[in-house]
Amino acid sequence: MAHHTIPTRVYYTIFFTLMVLTGLTVWVAFQDLGAWNDVVALSIATLKATLVILYFMHVRYSSKLTHAFIVAGFLFLVILLAITMSDYLTRDTLIAPKAWDLM
Amino acid sequence: MANHHHALQHHFEDLEQQFESASLGMWAFLITEILFFGGLFAGYLVYRSLYPEAFAVGSYKLDVLLGGVNTVVLICSSLTMALAVYWAHKGERTKIVVFLFLTIVLGAAFLGIKAVEYTHKFHAGLAPGNAFSYDGPFADQVRIFYSFYFSMTGMHALHMVIGIGLLTYLIIRARQGAYTAEYSTPVEMIGLYWHFVDIVWIYLFPLLYLIGRS
Repeated sequence: MAHHTIPTRVYYTIFFTLMVLTGLTVWVAFQDLGAWNDVVALSIATLKATLVILYFMHVRYSSKLTHAFIVAGFLFLVILLAITMSDYLTRDTLIAPKAWDLM
Repeated sequence: MANHHHALQHHFEDLEQQFESASLGMWAFLITEILFFGGLFAGYLVYRSLYPEAFAVGSYKLDVLLGGVNTVVLICSSLTMALAVYWAHKGERTKIVVFLFLTIVLGAAFLGIKAVEYTHKFHAGLAPGNAFSYDGPFADQVRIFYSFYFSMTGMHALHMVIGIGLLTYLIIRARQGAYTAEYSTPVEMIGLYWHFVDIVWIYLFPLLYLIGRS
């Protein structure tokens, strides 16, 4: 079978790392880093998610086709978030006339 | 070898190809789930960027301890799920059932804690709708934060409930001896789903509970 059986100690190591990162994200939330609080929180969350995907979900040992599917999926998530926010975050900086001004 | 394994469907060459196909299909489904939750996250980001102070006020009313405990509970359940898949690969029936059962117990504990939190928020008048009675600063925008809180955690909890149902099915089939060292694909696929639900919570916890704490 193609199943790559990962030794259980890998699972325990990942589990322990996830626990440490959970503690870290709570601790850092109470430190005043200004705008960096969000960046750090999302970076830690993304690191945790990556560990779960690679090891618990065995993606590190999956086929290249599966990798392509997953990367494409996350690419579309990034497009969804980036294009939405590129609109909302720049509304005050663009000087295009608003629709109701033209009427 | 294995050319007539009872689990092999006739349109596949062998169990390996069948597993690849199942895995790819499961990921295609999970990608639709990622984009489904992505829509909720995009809505959250838009309103958070419009009303950062109100979101901080709303978030401050959530219980970090209960949210943190639930994060730990869910990560533990991911570990037990991963171990269930591990023993499924080895075809150890008893251990599959034990770890699936532990996963259900941890999932139920998560939902129990969530129910305690929801009850508290309803009694505090923070549930959006007619019963919303918070009248501190940014009341209308705090209501938006709680709309996101209930819809995102509610949709996550619904996925947990479905996951527990799927795990129950796995236990029944595992006890019947359906999963062996040669064939344990359903355990692995439902495992992928369970880990995905864990990942959603990994993002929900900091975005809902941990903003505006410093």
